[in-house]
Amino acid sequence: MTSHVRDLSWQVVVGGLLRRGIVLIVLAGLMTYFASQSDRFFQSRNLVNILEQNAALMIVTVGMTLTMLIAGIDLSVGSVAALAGAISAGLIVNNGFSFEVSVVVTLALGFAIGLLNGGLIIWGKLPPFIATLAMLGIGRGLTLLYTEGRPISLNGVDQYTFYGRGDVTLPVFGETPVSVLVALAIVMIVSVILSATRFGLHIYAIGGSEETARLAGVPVTRVKMIVYGSSGLLAALGGMLLTARLFSAQPQAAVGMELDAIAAAVLGGVSLFGGVGNVIGAVTGGLLIGVLSNGMNLLRLASFLQQMIQGTVLVVAVAIDMIIKRIEGV
Amino acid sequence: MNQDDKQALLRLQNIHKSFPGVHALNDVTMSVLPGEIHGLLGENGAGKSTLMKILNGVYRADSGNIVWQGNAIEIHSPQDAQRNGISMIHQELALVGYLDAGKNIFLGREPGGIIPGTINWGRMYADAGRIVDELGLTIDVRRPVRFFSLAQQQMIEVAKALSLDARLIIMDEPTSSLTDREVETLFSQMRALRDRGVSIIFISHRLEEIFEICDRVTVLRDGAWVATSPIADLTTDTLIKYMVGREVDQIFEPRTGSISGQVILEVKDLNRGDRVKDISFQLRQGEILGIAGLVGAGRTETLETIFGAHPASSGIIRVDGEQVHIRRPDQAIKHGIGFVTEDRKGQGLFPAMTVAINIAITRLAELVRAVLVNRGAVNALAEGFITRLDIRTPSTQQKVQNLSGGNQQKVIISRWMTLNPRVLMLDEPTRGIDVGAKHEIYRLMRQLASEGVGIIMVSSELPEILGVSDRVLVMHEGRIAGEFDPQRATQDDLMTAATGMVQEGFRS
Repeated sequence: MTSHVRDLSWQVVVGGLLRRGIVLIVLAGLMTYFASQSDRFFQSRNLVNILEQNAALMIVTVGMTLTMLIAGIDLSVGSVAALAGAISAGLIVNNGFSFEVSVVVTLALGFAIGLLNGGLIIWGKLPPFIATLAMLGIGRGLTLLYTEGRPISLNGVDQYTFYGRGDVTLPVFGETPVSVLVALAIVMIVSVILSATRFGLHIYAIGGSEETARLAGVPVTRVKMIVYGSSGLLAALGGMLLTARLFSAQPQAAVGMELDAIAAAVLGGVSLFGGVGNVIGAVTGGLLIGVLSNGMNLLRLASFLQQMIQGTVLVVAVAIDMIIKRIEGV
Repeated sequence: MNQDDKQALLRLQNIHKSFPGVHALNDVTMSVLPGEIHGLLGENGAGKSTLMKILNGVYRADSGNIVWQGNAIEIHSPQDAQRNGISMIHQELALVGYLDAGKNIFLGREPGGIIPGTINWGRMYADAGRIVDELGLTIDVRRPVRFFSLAQQQMIEVAKALSLDARLIIMDEPTSSLTDREVETLFSQMRALRDRGVSIIFISHRLEEIFEICDRVTVLRDGAWVATSPIADLTTDTLIKYMVGREVDQIFEPRTGSISGQVILEVKDLNRGDRVKDISFQLRQGEILGIAGLVGAGRTETLETIFGAHPASSGIIRVDGEQVHIRRPDQAIKHGIGFVTEDRKGQGLFPAMTVAINIAITRLAELVRAVLVNRGAVNALAEGFITRLDIRTPSTQQKVQNLSGGNQQKVIISRWMTLNPRVLMLDEPTRGIDVGAKHEIYRLMRQLASEGVGIIMVSSELPEILGVSDRVLVMHEGRIAGEFDPQRATQDDLMTAATGMVQEGFRS
């Protein structure tokens, strides 16, 4: 413990800039490299593609970020996304429900699964890792049960697939994929909630020290339940976007998506121990993963190499974060 | 008492509280007057924290009344207590390190903005700034609290309490991790609060502080009320007598005479970073060498460097006259150097493991039958030390986290004794330990010394340094600022050296 007053020294300033800027620096570096290696990388269609391919991941990453901010985690997001895709498609194709009803029911289901996670964690006293790991298995099993292991085709259900492949024409930007707009809207809404509202402050307080928050009169239980519920709901939304883009609900959709979301959040500066990070950073981390995989595809790298490189990037990014912490000396 | 009854801000009347197997509070009555600093004393387990938790709404009393400003009230939660104007500042500070001071002060009671659910940040920081100004603090309320010193964090807690219009603030050992200078700052703030009519219940193990700051004190022992008295009517000896229930003529063990053993540890020109600079000293067999200094003077870092927890950048260490090479703790241990760290829970103990394992862990490699740990041998080894050091535990199989601080410390010392160390270094060995157990730790240190072990003790408590050591080094900003004979030096002498005012002391 230092006995003297700590001044806001250059270390803290530099550390703060690096922490916020490191993902952007790496992202810019990667994009420059890929552009130099492939003419197609910087074509606007390719850049839009990257956003479109990662819209679902971005939304799921937002939910993951919320759970990580309260020092929790949600490993069930991939399974919930797949289950949501299957049920939303099934309700329309098999049961003849309207698109709107199907969406509302599916989002409610996602929220309910999230609440169940939260309940297991809060009242069941299960570690978040275990509760949501169990839900990962259960969710995937339910998806296979519901689909009987076969895809549910959405051919001809244009209202649904519009959200996967459709564009709207915006002033300035021109043709913009709907899925990207949905993702950006979610990012902006949650970002504002985190930075401007009481609920947002309470999330950071719980992640920083749950006991302190409780003693200060923060409604800890309610905040945590809403956070896990939201993560489930956002996973369901992401799952539906994924389904729309593929024109069908795949029983094995979004396998391993939880790990991509965690990697994205960590790359974007969200602490695994809670209380630190924000949605913009996490989504930038997601884009970094997206750009990396897109660029490596353009360079026709073998998939085993791609996986090794992705792993390496994650390690390097987190190592840099550790070095920044040491520079800050906190 | 009659006068009390009329004027009292708070009266706790005939409070009883039992936990399974323990009568934690037995008919405790105490009162706090408006605008007084009221010391609450007692050994660990005397019932201080149970009583305060009842007052703060964490526990409910089995029977008895809380009379607040003349009315009997019930307190069901910390929020209830806060609404009534009672705030508690816990020993482990309840601040969120990543959040700034303003957010911490208003957490849970943020002023709302125009749009429902949003926060009026401008008003929040303005109010936080005003409260902080009133306390005479110069801190930026938009800075994360982890960047503040512990003393400043304490004051942010006080600001939080004041923002709740607290009439009574309970401070549970607020000084235990502060430097002397910071304690002085805290005390002047406490006096200013008292002058504004705020009452404070002050819990501390340091009797000097009680005498310096308190107007009256209440002493508890074994869950029962022992005495309430103006501090002016008390002496240290009476206070200790009230606390431990027996006459204590001497807290400290008598010295054994002049130390003439051979030099077992010699440190020459030891350096590491800016916390350990050109440290040179010798330690003799049977000697207790005290190292005093302010927090941050490099005392702990010096021990860590000798122990190899952080390797030295330069310097020579000799054990029994032979130069040794220590870059890692295991090398230090091999040369017979032991280190009892300040942070018992984090660096000393395996809290969830048994007393037996905690004592025997460094010897486990020898206590095996085939490839399995020989539990019988482990327990036998532990039993020996439990008897020899009088460790109070129901059995060898008790989890060490359930022991009192003093007994935990004895467990750690036992572990080092299993290795028959030549040199034992202890960092703040009696921090957070009550008076009775302190005495036993001192006796143990003296006993080890008389068996020929060289002992180095770092301590921030000057009476302890002067009462226990055979020789005292004072450190200031990484250097040795003076060497003193504790039988001739005073606390002021040590303080002067510790603050860098002199370079030479009384050579012993």
